[in-house]
Amino acid sequence: MGEVTGEEKPRIGVFVCHCGTNIGGIVKVPEVVEYAKTLPDVVFADQNLYTCSEEGLAAIKLAVKEHNLNRVVVASCSPRTHEPLFRAACESVGVNKYLFDLVNIRDHCSWVHMREPGKATEKAKDLVRMAVARARYLEAQQETKVSITKSAVVIGGGVAGMTTAVSLADQGFDVTLVEKEAELGGLLNHLHLLYPGMKSASETLAPIKRMVEEHSRIKVMTSTTLKSVKGFVGNFDVALQSDGEESQLKVGTIIVATGAAVLQPKGLYGYGELRGVITQLELEEMLRSGKLRKPKSVVMILCAGSRIPERPYCSRVCCMNAIKNALVIKEKYPDSNVYILYRDIQAYGRNYEEYYRQAREEGVTFVMFLKEKLPEVSPEGREIKVSVYDPLLGEQLDLKADLVVLSTPFVQRETGKELSQTLRVPLSPDGFFMEAHAKLRPVDFATEGIFLCGTARGPADVPESVGQAFGAAARAAIPMALGQVMAEAVTPMVDVDICVGCGLCERLCPYGAIKVEKTPKGKKASVAEAACKGCGVCGGSCPNQAITMRHFTNKQILAQVEAAFAR
Amino acid sequence: MDEKPSVLVIGGGVAGIQVSTDLANRGLQVYLVEKLTSIGGRMAQFDKTYPTLDCSICILAPKMIDCFRHPNIKVLSYSEVKKVSGKAGDFTVEVLRKPRYVDEARCTGCGQCAEKCPKKIPNEWEFSMADRKAIYMPFPQAVPRLMTIDPQNCLYLTKGICRVCEKFCQAKAIDFSQKPETVKIRVASIVLATGFDMLNPSKITEYGYGKYKNVITSLEFERLICASGPTGGHLVRPSDHAKPKRVAFILCVGSRDVKEGMMYCSNVCCLYSAKDAILVKEHEPDVDVVIFYTDLRAYSKGSREFIDRAISDYGIKYVRGRPGEVREDPDIKSLTIWYEDTLSRKVEKLQADLVVLSTACVPSSDAQELAKTLGLELDEYGFFRVADPLYAPLDTTVPGVYACGFCTGPKDISDSVAQASGVAAKAAEVVVAASKGSKTAGMKGG
Repeated sequence: MGEVTGEEKPRIGVFVCHCGTNIGGIVKVPEVVEYAKTLPDVVFADQNLYTCSEEGLAAIKLAVKEHNLNRVVVASCSPRTHEPLFRAACESVGVNKYLFDLVNIRDHCSWVHMREPGKATEKAKDLVRMAVARARYLEAQQETKVSITKSAVVIGGGVAGMTTAVSLADQGFDVTLVEKEAELGGLLNHLHLLYPGMKSASETLAPIKRMVEEHSRIKVMTSTTLKSVKGFVGNFDVALQSDGEESQLKVGTIIVATGAAVLQPKGLYGYGELRGVITQLELEEMLRSGKLRKPKSVVMILCAGSRIPERPYCSRVCCMNAIKNALVIKEKYPDSNVYILYRDIQAYGRNYEEYYRQAREEGVTFVMFLKEKLPEVSPEGREIKVSVYDPLLGEQLDLKADLVVLSTPFVQRETGKELSQTLRVPLSPDGFFMEAHAKLRPVDFATEGIFLCGTARGPADVPESVGQAFGAAARAAIPMALGQVMAEAVTPMVDVDICVGCGLCERLCPYGAIKVEKTPKGKKASVAEAACKGCGVCGGSCPNQAITMRHFTNKQILAQVEAAFAR
Repeated sequence: MDEKPSVLVIGGGVAGIQVSTDLANRGLQVYLVEKLTSIGGRMAQFDKTYPTLDCSICILAPKMIDCFRHPNIKVLSYSEVKKVSGKAGDFTVEVLRKPRYVDEARCTGCGQCAEKCPKKIPNEWEFSMADRKAIYMPFPQAVPRLMTIDPQNCLYLTKGICRVCEKFCQAKAIDFSQKPETVKIRVASIVLATGFDMLNPSKITEYGYGKYKNVITSLEFERLICASGPTGGHLVRPSDHAKPKRVAFILCVGSRDVKEGMMYCSNVCCLYSAKDAILVKEHEPDVDVVIFYTDLRAYSKGSREFIDRAISDYGIKYVRGRPGEVREDPDIKSLTIWYEDTLSRKVEKLQADLVVLSTACVPSSDAQELAKTLGLELDEYGFFRVADPLYAPLDTTVPGVYACGFCTGPKDISDSVAQASGVAAKAAEVVVAASKGSKTAGMKGG
């Protein structure tokens, strides 16, 4: 049988999934199947225990062949996870994947209406009826191949960015590494020793810096920032600015490894007001330069500025970092008292609990505090008094300190927020860059061709940043190794006879994919299809209705809307 | 077997699947060896995942199928790596393919055979809370979708009688003549993604696991609350299938424990038990949920906010303290938990109908043998030792062999997947270097 393009008379197959009991436990699936059979142009309907299983997919393929189906509707779960799978099944039997539609009766029916099974079943029928109404007007679409430039730009020259750059270069791709400061190294330039292993930060950085600087495939640009980005996966035009000079770059992929800032805790626990109240980062500098004079008593306060309503997240590395610095001080000055005031010690995973234990054995005193009773820092003579209620002892403690060290959280920089605008990639509620999926796509952005790693994504220590850095390198390598990707097929069509060239679509397009250009017929909108992400803003906003989105035509949507009210 | 640059991935959980598809998508040939009959790993066994409460199998199944169907991936399920020789860039690997006694090319996975098979045995996938047959598929979304005969329990293979499955199989897929088979593979690099096991808490005698029916492990709880699990997702206690009035979770069972368990923190228990507690509340809002913790370790992205929500939106009660003892009332099978609330410094007791133990995540049972086969070092706990925990967290002690996910120490799904993509880069670097003849081919002045 030849390829089904959708121009024939519709023959629709409907497959309703039980999803074990996820759907079938609430929605009466057989009833939905029987109902689907009554809908116009539906020539086949059936149920599956798991439509996504090999068995379910085989059932779809068999039905397409046996009943000459040219449209397929599956009523199951989320298109985010399952649409590619069902589309592939359709394509394998010659049905263009745009002749498929997915109805989410799990999230929209059985889950949200689990206490009203009757109504959930009725809603499932409504949704199936709407999808079938639209399916009758679906058309085949073709995706075009886009060639990929085999080079990358890595933004940020810290440990994550450098690691990504070296890995990509070793995999055979040209890399431009952009660093806003004059020197590579990022946050590690300001640290003393690193955990786990207590190796010096500068010794850790040296071989990586050397690899970056000596690699024939890596071009390093320091004191350089990203000014603008145009284009799309495989074909990004990047404008860089270094010392007032602008340069242009064409790259296939972009990796965001811009790191994070460490909060300056102005006004917190007397910081900036009391002598001797410093941040953990300032302590690192003192340890690194050897300028720390023997303290009598050091009090470290954790969660200074994190796990509060304004910044509810945990900054992940501060507990271990404080423990590490406490151990460094204890080793150098065994008589000094070191207190760590904490809420919960985050000594997770391999190696870290062991450090926590070692610190306690070496005499570091851990004092818990509650969020309702934060420690109070006040001057007392030439020293500082830290008052804290220890719930484990049930006592108020007054600790004398000549040094109070605040562990402040990682925060997104202003420049990071600007970068998110420039690249049109989102930030999470915590302000860090947001990955495409928290668990399954941790180093991808939802936008194709752009990746992220390290503390730009959220608090992480060195081994975690390094793991992510290699991860981003692998993900970015995929399109570059292939040399081509398929472009979005859901793109706008401009009816030049109706378009008046007002330019509203150009102003609203978030991807720079639509432009008004002079033509013999006057000013008209024209679409760069490879840059288009199919969001539909242009189609929805065109005051003259000159723009129609492929796969979301007025005819298709109106049929769906009419079906919604047809009962 | 193949001249295309190849990589061997050992372990078909979410990490192994990620490495395999990342490598295959860039055009490399991958051999994915999984010891069980289906890929999917631990994640296939979970009900939901934190902090987004996605249904675990629902987000994993499409990845399992993509992986299995990928033209560049050869999945060798129900197989074990037996011998490895060579070095980075050119390893020769011998893989033992265990007999399923089912012809892979013929079986459709219809399950007719299992329906007719007369031999019932406890289903290990459901931790014996349900039965399976001697011919079985471990779970409905198994990939590959093939039946397997369990030779320890099949009546024909143990006693020489029966062959009922053969009679009913319309596809003529049953093949009792199958023998173990060894295949040889040449690969440029090797990736370990062998995951973890859970500590059996029966040796931590104070909690009565194995003795009291209503004391279960967190992994057993995952199956119990799962819609495709033994109770169809109905939350009941094992002793009498009654709905519990109060469920208690005990954390750090065998973790952070120098006496009977592991010294390290298992990393994921604080969060998954908050998730489990939320699931209890979503299934049965009137059930009381108490979590006994040591420190609340919620450090990954969005997870502190998740715990805050468990407390404020769902009313989960958190008690700081490790219970000293769990005792059963033999008549009603309910449990009394004796504990010190370390924040109020009072010794108290609490009644619960179901107690869930978050037991330590420990190295996979076959890590030791694999280490021997590959010449790898293990750390003091039995996880694969990484070359440098600071800067080379993905390298093992053998060049060209990389490791990701839980097999080098506790990690959540997000970190495991990030690391999995990371080792894909590492493995690809070796392939690129091998094809150029030298790893430093791209370096200035060598």
